[in-house]
Amino acid sequence: MTGKKQNDMETKKLTRVDYIFRPDNTCLDTLKKSLRRDRDEIILELIDSGLKGRGGAGFLTGLKWKLAKEAAGDVKYVICNADEGEPGTFKDREILDRVPRRVFTGMALCGYVIGSKEGFLYLRAEYKFLAPKLMSIMAEMNQEFKKLGLDFTLNIRYGSGAYVCGEETALIDSMEGRRGEPRNKPPFPVTEGYLNKPTVVNNVETFVNCTIIMGIGAEEYKRFGTDSSRGFKLFSVSGDCSKEGIYELELGMLLSDFVEEFGDGDTKAVQVGGASGFCVPRKKFNQTIIGFEGIPTGGSMKIFNSSRSMYHVLHNYLEFFEEESCGQCTPCRVGCQQLLKGIEAVKSKQRSSSYLDELVKLAKVMKVASKCGLGQSVGNAFVSIVDNFREEIIY
Amino acid sequence: MINMINLTINNIPVSVEEGTTIIEAARRLSIRIPSLCNHDDLCVSGNCRVCVVEQVGNPTLQAACATPVRENMQILTNSMMVMQARKTIIELLLSEHNADCTKCYKNGNCELQDLSNEYRIGNQVYIDLIPLKHYTIDQSSPSLIKDDSKCIRCQRCVRTCSDLQAVSALSAAYKGSEMKISSFYDRPMHEVICTNCGQCINRCPTGALTERNYIDEVWDAIYDPGKHVVVQTAPAVRVALGEELGYDPGARVTGKLVTALRRLGFDSVLDTDFTADLTIMEEGTELLTRLKKVLVDKDTSMALPMFTSCSPGWIKFIEHTFPDLLPHLSTCKSPQQMFGALAKTYYAQKKGINPKDIVSVSIMPCTAKKFEATRPEMRDSGYQDVDYVLTTRELAIMIKQAGIEFMKLDDEDYDRFMGESSGAGVIFGATGGVMEAALRTAYEIVTGREVPFQNLNITPVRGMEGIKEAEVKIENVKPDWSFLEGVTLRVAIAHGLANAKRLMTAIRDGKVVYHFIEIMACPGGCLGGGGQPIPTNLEIRKKRAEAIYAEDENLPIRKSHENPEIIQIYQEFLGEPLSHTSHELLHTHYVPRKRY
Amino acid sequence: MANTEMLVKELADKYGRNRESLLPILQELIDERRYVNDETMINVARELDLSAAEVYGTASFYSFIETEEVGKYVIRLCKTIVCDMKGKENVLQAIENTLKIKVGQTTADKKFTLKTTNCLGWCHKGPAMLINDEVYTELTPGKAIDIIESYINK
Ligand SMILES: Cc1cc2nc3c(=O)[nH]c(=O)nc-3n(C[C@H](O)[C@H](O)[C@H](O)COP(=O)(O)O)c2cc1C
Ligand code: SF4
Ligand code: SF4
Ligand code: SF4
Ligand code: SF4
Ligand code: FES
Ligand code: FES
Repeated sequence: MTGKKQNDMETKKLTRVDYIFRPDNTCLDTLKKSLRRDRDEIILELIDSGLKGRGGAGFLTGLKWKLAKEAAGDVKYVICNADEGEPGTFKDREILDRVPRRVFTGMALCGYVIGSKEGFLYLRAEYKFLAPKLMSIMAEMNQEFKKLGLDFTLNIRYGSGAYVCGEETALIDSMEGRRGEPRNKPPFPVTEGYLNKPTVVNNVETFVNCTIIMGIGAEEYKRFGTDSSRGFKLFSVSGDCSKEGIYELELGMLLSDFVEEFGDGDTKAVQVGGASGFCVPRKKFNQTIIGFEGIPTGGSMKIFNSSRSMYHVLHNYLEFFEEESCGQCTPCRVGCQQLLKGIEAVKSKQRSSSYLDELVKLAKVMKVASKCGLGQSVGNAFVSIVDNFREEIIY
Repeated sequence: MINMINLTINNIPVSVEEGTTIIEAARRLSIRIPSLCNHDDLCVSGNCRVCVVEQVGNPTLQAACATPVRENMQILTNSMMVMQARKTIIELLLSEHNADCTKCYKNGNCELQDLSNEYRIGNQVYIDLIPLKHYTIDQSSPSLIKDDSKCIRCQRCVRTCSDLQAVSALSAAYKGSEMKISSFYDRPMHEVICTNCGQCINRCPTGALTERNYIDEVWDAIYDPGKHVVVQTAPAVRVALGEELGYDPGARVTGKLVTALRRLGFDSVLDTDFTADLTIMEEGTELLTRLKKVLVDKDTSMALPMFTSCSPGWIKFIEHTFPDLLPHLSTCKSPQQMFGALAKTYYAQKKGINPKDIVSVSIMPCTAKKFEATRPEMRDSGYQDVDYVLTTRELAIMIKQAGIEFMKLDDEDYDRFMGESSGAGVIFGATGGVMEAALRTAYEIVTGREVPFQNLNITPVRGMEGIKEAEVKIENVKPDWSFLEGVTLRVAIAHGLANAKRLMTAIRDGKVVYHFIEIMACPGGCLGGGGQPIPTNLEIRKKRAEAIYAEDENLPIRKSHENPEIIQIYQEFLGEPLSHTSHELLHTHYVPRKRY
Repeated sequence: MANTEMLVKELADKYGRNRESLLPILQELIDERRYVNDETMINVARELDLSAAEVYGTASFYSFIETEEVGKYVIRLCKTIVCDMKGKENVLQAIENTLKIKVGQTTADKKFTLKTTNCLGWCHKGPAMLINDEVYTELTPGKAIDIIESYINK
């Protein structure tokens, strides 16, 4: 994943769209319509739409539902991942605040398709202030499902301040009352998830997209984005930026267009995808596509201008990971500490600058040998910042 | 039908059953993939990552212990990417580890040390994190020491304590760089529900969990000319000690053990098997008495089934977890403690030695016995009945320290008295052994005939199944025991505390009905005890069990009540089973403890 | 405190006695008590038939489940990069000076505990903080002091 634009790759202009935040009062009609459809047909339409998960990993959503549907077992679960802990990401909060029905409809659809009777919203503790409202809407929706003859009940569970619980298997551990220690995969949650039953875990925005696709149809949806990155996506824009906030943009744009739109004119680097994403320096803006063919992102776009110390940025990320690693596996638990202490030692001249090369090697080992996505992605920020801003780290 | 999966490992094709992990498949090809968190006895964790291998076409490495094989997989266990990752991971572990091997108790028997040796980890690449951490060493327990500075957080101990022992005295706590293995609120180990079974020690790959050793204290006693040092050896020691001293698992080294102990300078080398036989006399009689009281006298204060009481890890477990079932426990002390009480009374009298000058040492497969020796109830001789408990491992260390070439030793015999034993005493070391020994004697007391099993081998109670059951129909009894005529004696056996917990729960819920139950805290019984040689696994435990039963078969006396020294001690000293003296010295009581 | 025992029993009745109920129970205990001490955890362990160490190990994993005593109001100021860029350090100092405590400490009157935390999901309006479940954004030192003072007077 170099983030480099290939010569012949299709790109899209930066285009704002408005689907996600449209009023959500028509969602039930969409659901009603869909419940009359064949389950496999819905799956086919989702696969056809090209929708990939919006939580970061980018797995084809239709395929995930298909696997869960085909998994053996009477009891299955739908989980909406609202743990949104990736630094610089805040779009799921906004969705849940403004259009929760669109999310819940997506979950109910999933329940219908895979044959699940129970869905959970796993809400991070930091968003607990949303709970009263969400619960009353849930209750209302549960009634509606009943009226529609859909045997599906929504429930809520809370996180308790652990970033790693956004990782789907850690989330499941957490729901089971355990430490959020990611599991070995396989088995994947679609076959052995919550309480070892087949489980679909999707991001908040993914469920929203499912609802939208059921409403407008895959054909219409496919008009947006590129071959590898269909549709549109919410971007959480923050940092040194003229207009921070949440924007719904078509996928496949060039980072340079993005910076032109949102930067403050002095942008030195953009961190795409949060602390676990990549840092792109100015000179690569016009070669970087935002999408699964370039740099995929859960939506976090953090903009740094030339007044920022990239050492400081990296240090902050590493502190984050050192604390938020679940701590079970060696490369991640010890690796995070070593990267953090390592750049401190280089900065303070206790270690020579060549130690950075050792650390880059270490970061690459973490990438391939860690147990879960957290440890595997620490190297993204580390290598991209050290590669592009080596001087700032040393001096 | 079992599905076979074809794959290649290092370009060598292999076909294995579906569900096999990569590490197991590699083993079939005699390719060893290093591992730390993985253990044959435990569920898979996949956290240490030293077993990572390359799967051609996959950008990330796979944990060989946790990844099942798939059709057409191409696995490389030694590619450049793998080697670099493996070495880095070992270096990372060492950077968080207080690697002072030369001063470490596990020096020479440490999986982390072996790995760093194999990979020739030289000068530390990474920053030493040890000074940045606030590690503590918990020496509060008489049985074990927990040194967090040696812990690699593989969680084998956590899984042992929960999966095998159903105790969960240890858990991972906190996260990130602060993650550690902790008791409840990090309380000292002697204050928590730890049973001192030592199973976690057997599976800890490093020096983070070790037995509390009393080697120096025992040397001091041996060197003290004013002390008469007696030593007793538990049945399971003789079939395992060899593993520490050059033999393969399953070697019987009884005679060499005796010789070595003499050479170490113990004044008298005696056998716990003797008090194992004595236990059978007392416990068997106690069982018959209880049966009589319940069946004939309709005495409701007597609890049935009766549980055996010779495993101190089990005792502490039931005290914490099922205090309401304590009346079911036999009041018999463990053979170690019976021996201790007799050493400073009967033995002292016969030898004309002042008991205060006797130092009583026992060699045990067990760490819980260290705790047991310190219990306040265990001072019936007027002194601490057993002064020092050494594990099989500690004895091996002493033998090495003394420069004894163990394999070349001649066989010698135990001293007399309290050195004679029957095969029944020996099989105490295996799960089901106490039951078998008790049945051999009790059946004969009641009917006057030998147990109706070929060659006295009561095979239904043998073997490694977690919970075993057996029935013995009692017929044509002697007149004294007429109330037992036609009764089918129902017995059960559990080993490993998780199995014990299942059985206890079933009993408490009234789902099962038995007369007599044998429980051993450790998997396999004492032969799998927490003080036995490391490593342990099912195969090794089976070998040790075979050795125990072979030892039994080879002894001239196979029944406790026929041991001449047993007959003698009742004549000279105790009178009869459950006599006043017996009660004073050989029986005990239990204390309910808090589960939390 | 027989009180604790009752409360935990009630919660176990409400959420169930499976392991899955552990977090909901701990979370509600946090809502009620702000932290779970050893006695509370022991009660939870007993109700759910877990070992106390398991409850402790699980509770200590989660940074919002406090296992040491904290004040009535737990302030969690975001320390992650965007809030940091926007002046979280000055805000932190202002709070420290107002409450006369450092990060990690609790005021003598047990009213406030000051903590830092990771991204709260309000980066575009940083610096942000939580006081218990309440969110405050676009903080300045002055604004933070006003907010704290409103709690002092509560
Ligand atoms: C450390 C880590 C944190 C994650 N956090 C989140 C999160 O907060 N929200 C989310 O939707 N997915 C998160 N994910 C991704 C999930 O594991 C999972 O892939 C996702 O929920 C699947 O949903 P999707 O297919 O709809 O994206 C995280 C992954 C990792 C490794
Ligand atoms: S990579 Fe990090 S977060 Fe993931 S399992 Fe390993 S230690 Fe836990
Ligand atoms: S635990 Fe092993 S590696 Fe560590 S100091 Fe002891 S012997 Fe050496
Ligand atoms: S104490 Fe031993 S077994 Fe337990 S985690 Fe540490 S190294 Fe592993
Ligand atoms: S000695 Fe036994 S009970 Fe104690 S922590 Fe180890 S395994 Fe658990
Ligand atoms: S042995 Fe496979 S991860 Fe530890
Ligand atoms: S960085 Fe502070 S809220 Fe995101």
